[in-house]
Amino acid sequence: MRIELTEEQKLLQETVRRFAEEVVRPRAKEIDESGEFPRPFFDQAGELGLAGVAIPEEYGGAGMDTLSYCLVIEEISRVCATSGVILSVNNSLVCDPLLKFGTEEQKKEFLTPLASGKKLGCFALTEPGAGSDPAGMRTTARRDGDDYVLNGNKIFITNGTDADVALVFASVDLALKHKGITCFIVPADSPGYSHGTHEFKLGVNASGTTELAFEDLRIPARYRLGGEGDGFKVAMATLDGGRIGIAAQAVGIAQGAFEEALAYSQEREQFGSHLSDFQAIQFYLADMSTELDAARLLTWKAAWAKENQKRYSLEAAQAKLFASEMAQRVTNKALQIHGGYGYTKEYNVERYFRDARITEIYEGTSEIQKMVIADWVLNKA
Amino acid sequence: MAVLTEPVADTAAGTGVDFSFSEDQQLVRDEVRRFAEERIRPGIAERDRQHTFPMDIFQEMGEMGLLGMLVPEEYGGGGVDTLTYLLAVEEISRVDPAVAVTMSVTNSVCCWPIVHFGSEELKRRVLPDLASGKVLGGFGLTEPGAGSDAGSLKTTARRDGDFWVLNGEKAWITNAGFAKYFVVVVRTNPEAGKRGLSAIVVPADAPGFSVGQPEEKMGLKSSRTAQIYFSDCRVPAANLLGEEGQGLKIALATLDHSRLGIGAQAAGIHQRALELAVAYAKERVQFGQPIAANQAIQFKIAQMATELAASRALTYAAAVAEHTPRAGRLAAQAKVYCSEAANRACQESLQIHGGNGFHDDYEISRLYRDVRVTTIYEGTSEMQRMVIARHLLQR
Repeated sequence: MRIELTEEQKLLQETVRRFAEEVVRPRAKEIDESGEFPRPFFDQAGELGLAGVAIPEEYGGAGMDTLSYCLVIEEISRVCATSGVILSVNNSLVCDPLLKFGTEEQKKEFLTPLASGKKLGCFALTEPGAGSDPAGMRTTARRDGDDYVLNGNKIFITNGTDADVALVFASVDLALKHKGITCFIVPADSPGYSHGTHEFKLGVNASGTTELAFEDLRIPARYRLGGEGDGFKVAMATLDGGRIGIAAQAVGIAQGAFEEALAYSQEREQFGSHLSDFQAIQFYLADMSTELDAARLLTWKAAWAKENQKRYSLEAAQAKLFASEMAQRVTNKALQIHGGYGYTKEYNVERYFRDARITEIYEGTSEIQKMVIADWVLNKA
Repeated sequence: MAVLTEPVADTAAGTGVDFSFSEDQQLVRDEVRRFAEERIRPGIAERDRQHTFPMDIFQEMGEMGLLGMLVPEEYGGGGVDTLTYLLAVEEISRVDPAVAVTMSVTNSVCCWPIVHFGSEELKRRVLPDLASGKVLGGFGLTEPGAGSDAGSLKTTARRDGDFWVLNGEKAWITNAGFAKYFVVVVRTNPEAGKRGLSAIVVPADAPGFSVGQPEEKMGLKSSRTAQIYFSDCRVPAANLLGEEGQGLKIALATLDHSRLGIGAQAAGIHQRALELAVAYAKERVQFGQPIAANQAIQFKIAQMATELAASRALTYAAAVAEHTPRAGRLAAQAKVYCSEAANRACQESLQIHGGNGFHDDYEISRLYRDVRVTTIYEGTSEMQRMVIARHLLQR
């Protein structure tokens, strides 16, 4: 048991923190308000190797480990949660499954540009009627000679407005339910592919979240990722890993809010004392830091388990559940410590508070995490 | 301005994160688990009912090396690392938290300060007997009027030639009546406030030492708690730990360390509360199906399991960071989180047990009583939060 970073990880952490402070922070508030997708940020992150942190260098990635990836997501989310999720989706939900399930040809054609940040990816699973229960999806893929023809709609697709490549889940036979689900690599410039405009949301507002539509979209059969009917397995395995990224995002958001609250409590004076002199505020800070450290440790543990090819489905679900709910509490307390100012746009905490909320929902709601965890504890452990 | 910019435990770069246990650690954990199931579990309800202090069990634990685990081998101890010790506390606590508290007190608040602050002569004189379980240890800081505010204690010691002469009383003393050596903190300089305290090892056979009636407690009933009294109690001058005036410093360092033991104790109780909930939920049938089929029950179990993982992560991380500048904060975080999470877990586990959980025949009812004190002793939750805040605000 050791809780210490390697030299390489420390260096990465410092580099990413500098990048986050110098490049990401200055635009965080502005993109939150405008909703403008920060493509320049993604391009720069790609140049630093952050688009495919844990992808081998031969496929354009940085060739680092899962924990390094968590450090990147945490540091970026600490200043801008929107930027954090953009990277998390490209790393966890697009590059990872391509590495794990892709053919050599698919890796060369798609993974290399995605992992190096030359292209941006998105992950299209959710539909209007299929959220937590993907088996209810209606998007279809019909085999036609050497091609597949896709028809259907996806919603809530992060990076959707700007993505160059989409991993699309569609059913080859609706009657087969989840056994018919198949994953396809779809270039966004394919005829029949379209996306909506950016949707305004409560938080992570510039993440390019939108709907995708496929109308007789034709792609070659060699763009199928895995076999017919493997899509559900691909999606679930991908989300196991994705949850580690979201846990890291939640830790980063909470860390950012915590630091602002800690600083504010030492500046703001009321009743002739700093807020930090009041025991109630001290106890808030104590609880925030305790839960924050616990969440970070659970996240690191899941990352370590994944990296070492140990079971990590349970660990990832626990990290995601704990970290997201922690982030909600910590950002709430951070806003409370800021009082009325916290409710204004003058300070960052209201943004952290809004951004934290989605971590309890996407890549599996807290309720889905609890179903996963209970299944392990009751039936598998 | 104090801004926490470094992640968790370690600031220095090293060989990387590793959440696995060493082979030795796993061996100790497995062996202690087997011992606890075979030798401690039998008779546990009866001991709880009769308030029987299980001296025979402690003899065996001493022989196994469980009472001086952190004492270096040259003084007859196990010389293991803190994490190994905590795994052992967790396993004992999973079966009987009352046994675990005696174990934790002997190891953490008696042996530990003697190892770290005792003179060579004192260590050779007392540690071999403590570490081998020939005798038990105790710790006396709290007084009737000095609980969380330890600095205000009133018990005095005045120097008389080669002796200290103690007068006063200490309250809530675990192992009183059974322990041979007590590390006590007393006032040696009435003028010097918090710097006027000193830590002294008091043998139970010292003239002028006596023990009060056992306290009737809500839980941990088979552990012994009583007041101890000093009436012109004479102790060799060589029994001083550290230097005169270092008493509070020694007490606080000891508590920083011992909090990890309480964290581990709480995690052990938490683990058992979860196991009992899982077993009961799968076996209890209502409305034609095991109650585990209900999502409300499943989600309680998921929450308990997740919080247990968080408790362990905090405790283990604090253990491996014990000698870093963040040790104090991490230990307090682990203590407050583990103890409060374990209380919630026992509450939820008892709820899953329904009416049966309220019955003495069910183990969860005892754990529910036993777990309560973990948020109180060795620093209340409120004290832990004060410690954490002090670290955060760098005060």
